[in-house]
Amino acid sequence: MAHTLRRIPTLLARSLANNASKNCRIQTRTCFATAIQHTLDKIDSKRTRALEGGGKRRTDAQHARGKLTARERINLLVDPGSFVEFDMFAEHRCSDFGMDSDEKRHPGDGVVTGHGLINGRVTYVFSQDFTVHGGTLSSAHAKKICKIMDHALNTGARCGLKIQEGLGYRKGLSPSLRNVMASGVIPRFHSSWDLVLIILFFLLPGGAVYSPALTDFTFMIKDTSYLFITGPDVVKAVTQEDVTHEQLGELKRTRLSRTWSFENDIDGLTKLRELFSYLPLSNRDPAPIVQSDDPANRLVPVLDHIVPFESIKPYDMLDVIHAIVDNRSFFEIMPAYAKNIVIGFARMNGRTVGIVGNQPKVASGCLDINSSVKGARFVRFCDAFNIPLITFVDVPGFLPGTSQEYGGIIRHGAKLLYAYSEATVPKITVITRKAYGGAYDVMSSKHIGGDINYTWPTAEVAVMGAQGAVKIIFRGESDIAQAEQEYIEKFANPFPAAVRGFVDDIIQPSTTRVRLCRDLDLLSTKKKENPTKKHANMPL
Amino acid sequence: MAVRGCSSSLTRGFHRNLLMAKVVPYLSAGHSKARLYSIYTTTTFDPNEEKFDKILIANRGEIACRVMKTCREMGIKSVAIYSEADAQSLHVEMADEAVCVGPPPTGESYNKMENVMKAIKQTGAQAVHPGYGFLSENKDFAKMLEQEGVAFIGPDTLALQAMGDKIESKQLANNAKVNTIPGYDGVLKDEEEAVKMANQIGYPVMLKASAGGGGKGMRIAWNDAETREGFRLSTDEAASSFGDSRLLIEKFIDNPRHIEIQVLCDRHGNSLYLNERECSIQRRNQKVIEEAPSTFIDPDTRRAMGEQAVALANAVDYVSAGTVEFLVDSQRNFYFLEMNTRLQVEHPITECITGVDIVQEMIRIAKGHPLKLKQSDIPINGWSVECRVYAENPYKNFGLPSVGRLYRYQEPSYLPNVRVDSGIREGSEISIYYDSMISKLITYGKDRPEALQKMSRALDEYVIKGVKHNISLLQDVLGHEKFISGDISTNFLPEHYPDGFKGYQLQEDEKSNLLAVACCVHLKQEQKSRAFLNQTSLMPSVPRLSQASFVIISDGVHHKATINETAFGYEIHVGDSNIMVDKNWSLSQNIITPQVNHTPQVMQLVNQNASGDVTLQYKGTEYSMKVITAEASRLQSLMPEKVAADLSGEVQAPMPGKLHAIQVQVGQQVGEGQEVCVVEAMKMLNSMHAGKSGKVKKIFFKVGDNVSEEEVILEID
Repeated sequence: MAHTLRRIPTLLARSLANNASKNCRIQTRTCFATAIQHTLDKIDSKRTRALEGGGKRRTDAQHARGKLTARERINLLVDPGSFVEFDMFAEHRCSDFGMDSDEKRHPGDGVVTGHGLINGRVTYVFSQDFTVHGGTLSSAHAKKICKIMDHALNTGARCGLKIQEGLGYRKGLSPSLRNVMASGVIPRFHSSWDLVLIILFFLLPGGAVYSPALTDFTFMIKDTSYLFITGPDVVKAVTQEDVTHEQLGELKRTRLSRTWSFENDIDGLTKLRELFSYLPLSNRDPAPIVQSDDPANRLVPVLDHIVPFESIKPYDMLDVIHAIVDNRSFFEIMPAYAKNIVIGFARMNGRTVGIVGNQPKVASGCLDINSSVKGARFVRFCDAFNIPLITFVDVPGFLPGTSQEYGGIIRHGAKLLYAYSEATVPKITVITRKAYGGAYDVMSSKHIGGDINYTWPTAEVAVMGAQGAVKIIFRGESDIAQAEQEYIEKFANPFPAAVRGFVDDIIQPSTTRVRLCRDLDLLSTKKKENPTKKHANMPL
Repeated sequence: MAVRGCSSSLTRGFHRNLLMAKVVPYLSAGHSKARLYSIYTTTTFDPNEEKFDKILIANRGEIACRVMKTCREMGIKSVAIYSEADAQSLHVEMADEAVCVGPPPTGESYNKMENVMKAIKQTGAQAVHPGYGFLSENKDFAKMLEQEGVAFIGPDTLALQAMGDKIESKQLANNAKVNTIPGYDGVLKDEEEAVKMANQIGYPVMLKASAGGGGKGMRIAWNDAETREGFRLSTDEAASSFGDSRLLIEKFIDNPRHIEIQVLCDRHGNSLYLNERECSIQRRNQKVIEEAPSTFIDPDTRRAMGEQAVALANAVDYVSAGTVEFLVDSQRNFYFLEMNTRLQVEHPITECITGVDIVQEMIRIAKGHPLKLKQSDIPINGWSVECRVYAENPYKNFGLPSVGRLYRYQEPSYLPNVRVDSGIREGSEISIYYDSMISKLITYGKDRPEALQKMSRALDEYVIKGVKHNISLLQDVLGHEKFISGDISTNFLPEHYPDGFKGYQLQEDEKSNLLAVACCVHLKQEQKSRAFLNQTSLMPSVPRLSQASFVIISDGVHHKATINETAFGYEIHVGDSNIMVDKNWSLSQNIITPQVNHTPQVMQLVNQNASGDVTLQYKGTEYSMKVITAEASRLQSLMPEKVAADLSGEVQAPMPGKLHAIQVQVGQQVGEGQEVCVVEAMKMLNSMHAGKSGKVKKIFFKVGDNVSEEEVILEID
């Protein structure tokens, strides 16, 4: 492809020269032809230089580190041959610190922008080039990004995608650039609900880290991705603390912060394409439906056996999810963080759904600060992009204890409650086992607007577990064991909820897929709008 | 009996009722089908004959289900017992009644006599069928039943005692003029004596538990050091498995065949032999593939073996079904090995060729009826083969147990002449507590080639997802020329797979076919990924993806391929070959049957996703491939190799299990290959050795802890 591009100016030159020869005198003709030739040569050489990025030496170094260049990344991300580039000739206009030498000016200015197709759908993309000025921002660089974003919005707020890698702001640049970026770009991310995905490849210190923090999904690559506010040198200068890049922002942090990790660039980009296929490219599109070959009426016998009879025994909620969704394909989000809640995308009869499930395997599936926030953010994302929500409930309650209380479990738990209450997309809930107390309420219950709520026969919808409840109700009394048995018979089953209409039906687990697929079709015409307001005041 | 651990009787009962609604029609359908095409052509069943009303089956899994099937045929009610881990098992649902006998460990449930006795009393069962394993050869249990007036469907206590003891049984065999193996007729006191006796008999020797069976507590030693290690491990294993740590020693016959004779004896002095079973294909002394009859046995030898087997049975007044095991050397000399006083795992192959329902005969005999059959009634009809399908990884030591939940499970029992004896179904969990056998796959035909060919097809169409399984090994053995020619011995696996089993080795054209199919799978996936039905951002100018260039990575090799979709199928060019594949299969099928160059192939689509991972199962072996674009392949080659961490300093659990012993302490110096700990899984003790010399840095577990697969037990610096 690069070869063809380079040939175009030469062909153009010939045809222009031919035209000129017909209309002009020989003298002028020669001058004109020379000038044209010069311009065309310049186009040619600039284009070649732009395509080369930072040159062979830097490119090789990038490869040796297990990383790709900006253009290689784009080529892998979009369907082969579909990328169209903008602003290949943009250059920075900075003159301080010797930045104005020809050497230091680089066509494209360290960022590749344009549009392409991902699985046939239009996508706008920019990718920062670490081999050119370390991927740092200049005003030309920033303007390129703004331009591509404007395009994305003007053509229907289609998906924007960033591939980011850089050392921050380029030396000698005016700090006002930061404002350009902030006022021109960042608010757009959230004010327009434009979907922005980031793949982050390397060092990303300073203000630039807020950019991934403001986006919906962040990918990181093992061993090569780092994310922190201030680099080791600054940390040393300010706090005298000796730290390395790894310690500050290594991938193990993904357990603490909320990103993904992948083996290498190729793996990450392939997965990114997969994630894309689940999402509408803007909030004006419905959740995508693709042709499905997994029958919607497939019975799933395995579901009849996953939940153990003993309510204290753990099981893996992922077993339930994998069995129900199309072709066992579940794209889990943040699998390493707050593992007591599982979130991710899947398809039901071809239609994208967002799945939230308590994970009884980890910390009994209780809700704590981190899992509440993880769940809340996902629920809000799905709601913003018209993706129906399916919630699998097996929750013994909120995690008790001082650390949770001091950390603000009430406020954070409220985020999940708020997110579910606010969501207007179809909401279907399946209670697989425990649904206790306030946590039951929060998990897309009927009380906060669940559209269809089911329980399995193993469900226990109650204020709390028998043991705990009996200890409180019958404090000081002798026949605790009998009281506990009575409590179990009364409340540790689906009937209390079913007779009150808090669940719509008690279903055989193996029929869950059939029911959910039918309900999703039914709810596809759901119309519900929240009252008009400037914005709601969610418990941040 | 307290229903321990079941959250509430109400929930449980409710759940079961719901489940039964689905299961009952399924079972009755299978039941009537079994009647229509019954293999029991020789057995004559008289419905008017007096019979038990209710039988308790003191076992679990496939054998419990097997016995219940015959109970149903005979119109006898069945009672299942189950541990808490088995509460949702098939055998529990199949039974008319079920009683929980305790927590998952066998010592606290299936092997706990008091609990089983309570269940018998509670349900009023008149007889107990013990199946195999557990209490089947326990004389105390048989005695207890006798005292309670409950019939034990098996031999009398006397025979159990005599044959259960390897030393006594050998003496009995000698007296009954049955050929026996040279060895030491006594119990070994300690390691020193073991070494002394081993040297007297001459290496190789076999150490085995006096009370043992099924390969447990059994070890072969080729030198003094191995004798010592074997003595220690076998003693422990025997103690934990049978509660009896006595060991004996005998000459180990190299390269023998394992051939056994099924006998049936009633209380009226009638004894029959139901011909032989060839069980030579074994791994670690556990049978894997069995067939009946044997290719090696001529009619004279068969009669001689049969008569000796019957003579031995008569010597102990044996009653019920039993099996006399022989080792047969290359000269067709046979030596008595042991007598199994129970129903054998591999009894179905005998049933297939003789038409006798052995379980039915056992029940009739226990009720006191005489055998109606005479020796001359016992035919050899055709050929039958059995494969034991295990949940295990055959690439590690020919099979290390694997646990998990069967999220897809489909038995090939819909094929003609295929019988599947199993106690599980889709959704069942293979747990660490019990044997890892998934099922017994049995096929039969008019002759051996037909039975083998049916077996191969059945294995191809057996869908097992969720655990690792040994179908690849079974399939490979079945296709091995030595096996096909019948040239086998108990050393078959180590002899023909000296470096361990590595999976089916593909021919060049098979390899290209697989690459081509993988290519089709990925193209179908890519087409599916862009088949959006409701998106506004689609570009109408973009044509359908009908041709592509891919690179398929298989075993680290990049294969370039082009694929072109036509109206009739796919044309793939890979390597030097042009391959045509048809379109009549889909990605959601478990078993795909693509026509490759107009030849139908049976494959399973094990795994496949949008990232280009494609795993196909072909001839039982799984082949993982990755299909990527040409550009991705070019860039992949530029990426540096990530160096795998050196793990020789870590001792990892090879499978999930329990830590049985730790022989070292933190700070202790160990040598490479030294035994550092022992992991017990599925009642087998596995000794773990240091991967390098050094000092023990840290021990992460203590004895008795459960460890999961690949968990680091200790670190060596």
